[in-house]
Amino acid sequence: MQELDTAGLGSVRVTRQSDTVVILEKDLATEQMVLAMGPQHPSTHGVLKLECLTDGEVITQAEPYLGYLHRCFEKCCENVDYPAVVPYTDRLDYLAGMNSEFAYAITVEKLLDIEIPRRVEFIRVIVAELNRIASHLVAIGTYGIDLGAFTPFLFCFRDREIILGLLEWASGARMLYNYIWVGGLAYDVPADFLKRVKEFVDYFRPKTVELCELLTKNEIFVKRTLGIGIMPADVAINYGWSGPMLRGSGVKWDLRRNDPYSIYPELDFKVPVPDGKDSVIGDCLSRHLVRAWEMDESLKIIEQCIDKMPSAEGFNSRSAIPKRIRPKAGEVYGRAENPRGELGFYIESDGKSTKPLRCKARSSCFVNLSAMKDLSMGQLIPDLVAIIGSIDIVLGEVDR
Amino acid sequence: MEEGKVISQSLQESAAAYSIIHEKFGSAISALDANETMPFFEVIDTSQWTEIALFMRDHPKLKFNYMACLTGVDYPAEEKLGIICNFESLALFNHKLAVKVKCARDGGSIPSVACVWHTANWHEREAYDMFGMLFTGHPELKRILCPDDWVGYPLRKDYKVQDQYHGIKVPY
Repeated sequence: MQELDTAGLGSVRVTRQSDTVVILEKDLATEQMVLAMGPQHPSTHGVLKLECLTDGEVITQAEPYLGYLHRCFEKCCENVDYPAVVPYTDRLDYLAGMNSEFAYAITVEKLLDIEIPRRVEFIRVIVAELNRIASHLVAIGTYGIDLGAFTPFLFCFRDREIILGLLEWASGARMLYNYIWVGGLAYDVPADFLKRVKEFVDYFRPKTVELCELLTKNEIFVKRTLGIGIMPADVAINYGWSGPMLRGSGVKWDLRRNDPYSIYPELDFKVPVPDGKDSVIGDCLSRHLVRAWEMDESLKIIEQCIDKMPSAEGFNSRSAIPKRIRPKAGEVYGRAENPRGELGFYIESDGKSTKPLRCKARSSCFVNLSAMKDLSMGQLIPDLVAIIGSIDIVLGEVDR
Repeated sequence: MEEGKVISQSLQESAAAYSIIHEKFGSAISALDANETMPFFEVIDTSQWTEIALFMRDHPKLKFNYMACLTGVDYPAEEKLGIICNFESLALFNHKLAVKVKCARDGGSIPSVACVWHTANWHEREAYDMFGMLFTGHPELKRILCPDDWVGYPLRKDYKVQDQYHGIKVPY
């Protein structure tokens, strides 16, 4: 966009005509106004309040207020046994319960130093990747709604419903699974589960292309996201960004590759990062694209897991689950790549109790959202909506 | 370290990173607790914490550019509060280190590192919110998850919830 010299004109009202900026009025009287967005606002994706100081349409400062959904996760953990924390982790990032459970389970297993049956690992990865797709579908669908595209949302939720159906079949619950336990799984997958998952993969692959055509090739969508909310890579790292947000800024960092856990080292998948051809690296469109590409990679992972899955013969999903979890005294920081970034758990054990002495959840959205103040400075109000949507927050995880 | 125990590659690198910090700051930091799950050291002279943080971030062989997590902890037996920070060098080196900083339980303060890593900004606010230690030099130290007029620090081990909050009964 052409730079405009507005020096000496006072405050101006401008419009953009293709690539030129045209001044409509000059010497306008301005007034700072406080605009409260949320806590009940559809584009804040939950109960987040943004107090914006605006000058006309331009935001001079935006301050996020959180805590509306604070449920004392960490205090609860100190009062229950290790296995009983698992259902609480579902309620952190309720769009990706499997991934949250996975992160918690591998952290405690690291502390206990136990071996997990191979079939358990494969099932965990399949359900986690299915959940990742479901979560990205919500992210992409609601992002479309934020920017005025309704159809992709319906398509996304139609396909997400199939995944939720599959996960319900395996675990008995639609969203809050309590399926991945410390040391194993609640149940083995039902007979024919893998066949149905394979059917879903075959069904869903063309749908990702369809979604792509609906959104990323949509002129309006691209205009609303291209070059908006750019985050340079070094600042993103300093902010502690992770997941698709960090990769959107061009940093090839994925915990599944860079700090591998479970069976991810055996699987072949790419870590997609924007190349700057379709989007400006670090903008809202890049972050959206990374999510869209990741769904394809997840499909690849699921397919490989189905092929390599060890047989169910003599398999007991609870065989490695300790009868009583009482880790030796020590501390651990374990983490996993969630759809929204790095979900980490810091757990401290005193060696005597069956309850954690301290269990802290490092929430990816909480950290990603902390950059909101910097990102929104000087943006237009509609662009603020685009930026919040691209961060893809789940308030359950932000507030814990 | 027990003899004959196999030390993993990443732990060796972490120990090497620690020795660079130890060379510079000497007795201001404790010895490395080289456990496999989370190697850490403690900052004994807390007034130097910000310098240590800057050194860790900017030294060409350390480059701890990524603060993964900052956890507040209560140590009632020692009459202390503390923070635990997990650092790593994203995409540059393989070393990982955790740092513990402790302060007095009543009115204690820890220098803020929000100017070194942006991540620390909200995490320190959260630690203050939950435990009540102060972070000197923090740009805006106020509660983040609890309301501003909440009484007490919920994650302290001896926390008792207030009876009433704006006329609403709290404990159930």
